[in-house]
Amino acid sequence: MSEILVLVEHADGDVKKVTLELLTLARSLGEPSAVWAGPGYTDAAKAKLAEYGAAKIYVASSEEIVDHVVAPKAELLAKLVSDASPAAVLVAATAEGKEIAGRLAIKTDSGVITDAVGLSEGFVADQSIFGGGVNVRSRVTKGTPIVAVRPNSTAPVAEAGAGAEEKVEIALSDSARAAKVVERVKQERGARPELTEAAIVVSGGRGVGSGENFAIIEKLADSLGAAVGASRAATDAGWYPHQFQVGQTGKTVSPQLYIAAGISGAIQHRAGMQTSKTIVVINKDSEAPIFEIADFGVVGDLFQVVPQLTEEIEKRK
Amino acid sequence: MNIVVCVKQVPDTATERKLRSDDKTLDRDAADGVVNELDEYAVEEALRLKEAHGGEVTVLTMGPAKATETIRKALAMGADKAVHLSDDALHGSDALSTSYALAETLKKIGFDLVILGSESTDARTGVLAAMLAERLGAPQLTLANKVEVNGSAITIQRVTDYGFDRVEASLPAVVSVVEKINEPRYPSFKGIMAAKKKPVETLAVGDAEISAEQVGLASAWSEVVEFAAAPPRAAGTVVKDEGDGGVKAAEFLASKKFV
Ligand SMILES: Cc1cc2nc3c(=O)[nH]c(=O)nc-3n(C[C@H](O)[C@H](O)[C@H](O)COP(=O)(O)OP(=O)(O)OC[C@H]3O[C@@H](n4cnc5c(N)ncnc54)[C@H](O)[C@@H]3O)c2cc1C
Ligand SMILES: Nc1ncnc2c1ncn2[C@@H]1O[C@H](COP(=O)(O)O)[C@@H](O)[C@H]1O
Repeated sequence: MSEILVLVEHADGDVKKVTLELLTLARSLGEPSAVWAGPGYTDAAKAKLAEYGAAKIYVASSEEIVDHVVAPKAELLAKLVSDASPAAVLVAATAEGKEIAGRLAIKTDSGVITDAVGLSEGFVADQSIFGGGVNVRSRVTKGTPIVAVRPNSTAPVAEAGAGAEEKVEIALSDSARAAKVVERVKQERGARPELTEAAIVVSGGRGVGSGENFAIIEKLADSLGAAVGASRAATDAGWYPHQFQVGQTGKTVSPQLYIAAGISGAIQHRAGMQTSKTIVVINKDSEAPIFEIADFGVVGDLFQVVPQLTEEIEKRK
Repeated sequence: MNIVVCVKQVPDTATERKLRSDDKTLDRDAADGVVNELDEYAVEEALRLKEAHGGEVTVLTMGPAKATETIRKALAMGADKAVHLSDDALHGSDALSTSYALAETLKKIGFDLVILGSESTDARTGVLAAMLAERLGAPQLTLANKVEVNGSAITIQRVTDYGFDRVEASLPAVVSVVEKINEPRYPSFKGIMAAKKKPVETLAVGDAEISAEQVGLASAWSEVVEFAAAPPRAAGTVVKDEGDGGVKAAEFLASKKFV
């Protein structure tokens, strides 16, 4: 079966859920090989990758790979593409994943598809464009298909693979070392799931009114085990940190359930959440455009509706 | 400092955007063209760096003839001059061809710093800046919410999932910006008048020594196989809160097995 490279997303030694999704997707089209880039590889990570079907695991654990912006990961993948001639390369369609895909495409003279929400036979990708208005099927026509797949596009399903480990040494070029990371600043996120990976996202907008009031949104999120998001109006006002912004210039999310409270549904916001499977809206203005895409909407004051919803969910647990 | 800002004309997101049925490319004639929103932030950052360090700001746009409207807007904000890469041979270029054409043009016009928006509202690939860095062999300083230049040293804050990275490099470099970086200025009346007289150099593919084999629809590295309007979302249920809105929402979530 043809080999498909899957770049592993990991944090603090844990394999992220999107990687398990990509391994699942790759299994339907060939035989996945996981590619681990950077330090932090552990037996637990290895077990996880094998559990979800990695036949091989390429491990390039040099610290240098993460000390420079994007280019080293693209160099690593380019080396593997040249050594192993895989049928395709899959990365997660995160901001960085797409940048890696872009550089890799040039290095390997291959086409690249970003933000795929599905992938079928012949590596034909499904994309949803223009804020969800048009569905496109596209494919790479030159080189090795490189596809950046959106988190939450596939349900991860375990199916054991051999997980044969292969160490990879890579000598980085000078140009790959040109942009050096000198400091990493972590801003607290709490125990909630990561925004782009979460199955449920609860977002608040200008209607929430203040940073303190975001506690109402967080309580609802916690009752559902959800991530918290925010509209740009809320992040601009400083009520919630920027990395939680959903929309065109924030994160694109595609969860099973998206709850929007006090958000009007501007096109830039919708561009980041329109492919959510189920959308629930709470807004006091029945004319708000977000109702147009709601599966269920409540016209009402979020300060009444959200706490009541949270309480009701807790009761039903 | 010689700063080049890559500015793209995109269809207005407020109007209906379509793909052409003949060649499955974006129908640029169907909608009004506007400056890609994020590129205004790129122009603003270029102007601020020029104001602090001196130099010149050049706008670089690849696009059809009507993209001159966009160029004028950037000039009205305060950019000094523009290069407009415009040729029918470029129609249908994908990200690889666009980055190739822009990189060749950048090599020809020269730069200390190239600034891009991190994403366009039409293609939304978000790969152009990374591709330019790769093609130019220049440091990639992308997704910046802060840029500082000190002589030939440049430092940015790169937005990440967990917060941000501080990244250092030396010029020449490629930067992309996110919208938290600044507040773009509005063109003043004086600026709009002055823009009419600023030089705009129009280049065809041959002028920039771009190989016609590497650009345009026929040479693209990927293709649209088919497309269709997304089926409309089934109309949802909307209820008015009469003291039980939260309970009703919970019932809905339960019916969908979320609780
Ligand atoms: C370059 C650019 C990029 C952008 N990128 C993004 C992006 O990534 N993400 C994004 O979200 N936006 C983005 N925007 C901004 C976008 O255009 C909107 O301004 C923004 O989404 C509005 O946020 P909002 O819905 O929270 O606020 P508003 O539009 O002000 O809506 C607030 C809503 O809350 C409701 N409300 C108020 N009080 C209550 C209450 N007590 N109970 C219930 N409902 C209440 C109101 O009826 C209203 O509908 C971008 C804009 C630009 C120019
Ligand atoms: N045709 C173009 N002309 C000039 N700049 C462009 C063009 N296409 C893309 N860009 C730049 O690349 C950025 C990212 O675009 P994209 O990769 O299409 O999302 C934009 O914000 C622009 O700065």
